[in-house]
Amino acid sequence: MGMNMSEKILASHSGRDHVEPGELVICDLDLVMANDVTGPPAIKIFESMGKEVFDREKIALVPDHFQPAKDIKSAELAKIMRDFARKNQIVHYFEQGRVGIEHVILPEKGIVAPGMLIIGADSHTCTYGAVNGFSTGVGTTDLAVGMATGKAWFKVPEVINVHLTGKKAKYTCGKDVILTLIGKIGVDGALYKVLEFTGDGVESLTMTDRLTISNMAIEAGAKAGIFPFDETMKKYVETRVKKEFHPVNPDPDAKYSATVEIDLSTLKPVVAFPHLPENVKAVEDIAEPIQIDQVVLGSCTNGRLEDLQIAEKILRGRSINKNVRCIVIPGSREVYRAAMSNGWIETFIDAGCVVSTPTCGPCLGGYMGILAAGERCVSTTNRNFRGRMGHVDSEVYLASPYVAAASAILGRIATPAELDD
Amino acid sequence: MQVEGKVWRYGDNIDTDVIIPARYLNTFDPKELAKHCMVDIDETFAKEVQAGDIMVGGKNFGCGSSREHAPVAIAASGIPVVIASSFARIFYRNGINIGLPLLEIGDDVEKIHANDRLKIDTATGTIENLTTGDTFHAHPLPDFVQEIAKSGGLVNYVRDHGTLG
Repeated sequence: MGMNMSEKILASHSGRDHVEPGELVICDLDLVMANDVTGPPAIKIFESMGKEVFDREKIALVPDHFQPAKDIKSAELAKIMRDFARKNQIVHYFEQGRVGIEHVILPEKGIVAPGMLIIGADSHTCTYGAVNGFSTGVGTTDLAVGMATGKAWFKVPEVINVHLTGKKAKYTCGKDVILTLIGKIGVDGALYKVLEFTGDGVESLTMTDRLTISNMAIEAGAKAGIFPFDETMKKYVETRVKKEFHPVNPDPDAKYSATVEIDLSTLKPVVAFPHLPENVKAVEDIAEPIQIDQVVLGSCTNGRLEDLQIAEKILRGRSINKNVRCIVIPGSREVYRAAMSNGWIETFIDAGCVVSTPTCGPCLGGYMGILAAGERCVSTTNRNFRGRMGHVDSEVYLASPYVAAASAILGRIATPAELDD
Repeated sequence: MQVEGKVWRYGDNIDTDVIIPARYLNTFDPKELAKHCMVDIDETFAKEVQAGDIMVGGKNFGCGSSREHAPVAIAASGIPVVIASSFARIFYRNGINIGLPLLEIGDDVEKIHANDRLKIDTATGTIENLTTGDTFHAHPLPDFVQEIAKSGGLVNYVRDHGTLG
């Protein structure tokens, strides 16, 4: 019986030829990752276990959530992680100035690669499915045990086949694909399951599109969201990954618990209304104008160079609406630097944006753009839960960089088509 | 473990941002986290919860962030067990790993209301609603997960066994 990509990775990492959905397996991990919110409690648990780190080259510690420190307590958290990294000579520790958002920098630097099995104490660890990894979010206890033993337990999941056809429609990108999917299946539509993307539509998706799509698999409740290994991915990883890797693709007779069809050519720019990512509507179907107060462009979902490029083209020569604050946050130093040498940072500043150093910042209501009661934000981030970006009575509308940039100019939720001559 | 207590009833898709908002994540002290548990949807919970009270949610309880601060905040509030129609998977793992029993009962959850008194045997997963007289049975846990629960969480399991597996 053939296997899907999830089964292949879980089998090869548990020393088996074959695994079946529902089986519990204990697997060897290729990478264990944490940030400045989840790392410190994991370090405390780890230190109570009296063990050594299993492999100092297979642990990544990324202080991105509240750093540069937003307050004294956050500075203390960063210090716990920094001291631990120094003491244990952790290879993939990123200090401020060299850091970026965890899920932007690990693929960018080739630390995650095809066929790898990865756990991260951050729910968006599923991002690395875009580079063909089985990668899933865990809590601090799993992380501590992972750092100590190099192992984690997994229930072999059922897999939903997301069959993509056609080519992307105008003014749509990966964000519209994943929001449309979540709108179809709901925020628990893939609970305990994995989303695997197949079909000839995959070809037309850039690596940035795929990273956005895998990133938000968790927003449908999924354990992971995995793309097959193809030419586009090969080109992306071969310049970045310095070690040997073992890509997986599904067998022709792989089993799936369900199939969802999406024709990319029929997609429209969409927005997820408060307070769940499943409240998805096409922008063109919004009857009454929705006035906004803030736009955030960035995050582990849409903070990559191509995302900034989309926004830059729309903002060039225009001004942010007088009633709107627009915050641009490049996802990594590499993204920031390239945006700067391309002249895009100038475009953003000239248009009236705030440009920040890479950080998760406002996405989770940390800092750098917290919302007041009654304020509305169009954000390229991943969650619009009640109070997610600030006051419990504020509202977050999730959208692509196309929609976010057009909305920033028009002061209401809009698509770039409304700016076309 | 046998527990008996009053129900704090919540709805579907209770996310970890409402269980413990990110503005309180600059600490991982359980007592400090408990002070802010559920505050954005229920200001009375942290003030009035009694040790032994039971939290009951609808489907997809604990969705969102991987923050283990969420089950830790609930446990530190004195809640000995959480019941839901279904749990989001990271929250579920985290509950098991920290030794907080989570009982999944599907649509039967509709028969539990705010302030009902429940009597629960967490080992067998039997739930008696003393207010209405109904009895429910939670979906059984896989053997390995029961082993983790018996050890009182994953760290204790690794201490007991030297490693994982």
